[in-house]
Amino acid sequence: MESELKEMLIDLDTIKRSLPDPSLLASIDKMQSRVEHLTDLAKSAPVRRSKVKDMSAEVVDSNPYSRLMALQRMGIVANYERIREFSVAIVGIGGVGSVAAEMLTRCGIGRLLLYDYDKVELANMNRLFFRPEQVGMTKTDAAVQTLSDINPDVVLESYTMNITTLQGFETFMSSLKNKTFSPSKEGSGVDLVLSCVDNYEARMVVNQACNELNQTWMESGVSEDAVSGHIQLLVPGETACFACAPPLVVASGVDERTLKREGVCAASLPTTMGVVAGLLVQNTLKYLLKFGHVSPYLGYNALKDFFPTMEMKPNPQCSNTACLQRQKEYILAKPARDAAAAKAKKDEVSVPEGPVHDDNEWNISVVDDAEPVTENASSSDTLPDGLVHELPIADEFQKPSDPEEMTNSVDDLDELRKQLEALNAD
Amino acid sequence: MEGWDPNTKSTLTQIPLLTTKAGPRDGAAWTQRLKEEYKALIAYTSMNKSNDNDWFRISAANADGTRWTGKCWYIHNLLKYEFDLQFDIPVTYPSTAPEIELPQLDGKTQKMYRGGKICLTVHFKPLWAKNCPRFGIAHALCLGLAPWLAAEVPVLVDSGMVKHKDDTASASESL
Repeated sequence: MESELKEMLIDLDTIKRSLPDPSLLASIDKMQSRVEHLTDLAKSAPVRRSKVKDMSAEVVDSNPYSRLMALQRMGIVANYERIREFSVAIVGIGGVGSVAAEMLTRCGIGRLLLYDYDKVELANMNRLFFRPEQVGMTKTDAAVQTLSDINPDVVLESYTMNITTLQGFETFMSSLKNKTFSPSKEGSGVDLVLSCVDNYEARMVVNQACNELNQTWMESGVSEDAVSGHIQLLVPGETACFACAPPLVVASGVDERTLKREGVCAASLPTTMGVVAGLLVQNTLKYLLKFGHVSPYLGYNALKDFFPTMEMKPNPQCSNTACLQRQKEYILAKPARDAAAAKAKKDEVSVPEGPVHDDNEWNISVVDDAEPVTENASSSDTLPDGLVHELPIADEFQKPSDPEEMTNSVDDLDELRKQLEALNAD
Repeated sequence: MEGWDPNTKSTLTQIPLLTTKAGPRDGAAWTQRLKEEYKALIAYTSMNKSNDNDWFRISAANADGTRWTGKCWYIHNLLKYEFDLQFDIPVTYPSTAPEIELPQLDGKTQKMYRGGKICLTVHFKPLWAKNCPRFGIAHALCLGLAPWLAAEVPVLVDSGMVKHKDDTASASESL
């Protein structure tokens, strides 16, 4: 741009010299001064910082990582620089995903994989991150543009596609499995998947992929009315998967007229989205850098500033077969896990065990409150005497049903296709 | 199902239910599911024809049966309004329902997601979830698309967002 402006100045000078009419000189002078002004502006345009080879803890204004490395000095994180080895996949670059991506980028994460098929719209401007001049760009491209400016050290991969389609899903799976960034890593090619999508279908797809890959992931969501949200940690086999506890399905007296009253356009607030993105990335940092307590579930109710937490165990009747497989593996690995835990406990300073008090005047004894492990694990199926299930169990339909149900005995796909085409023809 | 009109209810009971729980990644089981989908669609289409309530055409757009295209129409004030119809079978099918798209109406109504995906969240998704895997494409059309058209087309026509094809043709002829 600077060289173009220089050429323009020379051109203007030539015109000025060859100009027969001196009355136009003043306007050409004005033009020249404008071009000079533009040249100055171009010179002061932001310069991209160059890549940094090693994270330094040196406290100088020019070090982008000094405040992050200070976490080590403060005794919060043992080795902050490990963050450069981690890959995080973010599915959905919307109100939560884009902000989470920016936070991780500023933290100096090693690699980010971004998935979205949408474009930036003016209606997105009530949220953070995207700028009005990016309207019309794909969200992934716009995100890469901004993020690579903020921190060129981060390896960014963008995937503009819909993961719920068959083709998109295959690409999604293979991109998660790709290990070129850190070939020595165990399992998949990423350390964590963050789901920042806005619909049930896409969450089920992320759930499916992560269950199949045995990949730990975190779910995030903001309610339609924009005043509550949640984050959830999902470890296949160990915690409930997204299909284990399906959202409350209540088919209550919905008729066609309610359609008109319902608007599709959901509300959103930059504040709630920002809070949820912050909670999500905080949990991510704790999980990756191993500090503090990683929340299994954290809710956020904005109206009451209430933050509920809970833990969910996997559902042994989960409809997702990959989830059941992971649950089986997790149970099989229990002895090894127990041994490791026992060893870790042993390594800690062993406290001399003995009675704290010498006398026990009231015969108080401490009883273990852990639930006794029952051998028959399928206890949920058995009811005490006198009680019966009112409804059939969920898996009833999976039993081979009466063959007469499909009386149409044709069983050839092409024949069926032809039959439908014949019906379509007239 | 309370709140649905008796017509829809009786139609629904006559569409054969599906039994195989399989998605497009499940190989042979998906072929079995596809056969059941066809049987249900054939039964539903012929039922509509015999009841003089024919309102859609649908056929698989690829060999795997993962993409479907066709047409659907709605009669309002004795005029027929016809729209292109398309959808993909999601990878997590049948746990999640297909997202039915009417691309020609994209941007014309609020009851639609980007790309012309009709909003099914309130009136249909809960039913689908409760009846997985017994509901298939035919049920999605009967309980998802049909009520959407019945609610939306009159509004779109009355507000002038959608014009009848004869209207636009005669308008250009008169010029």
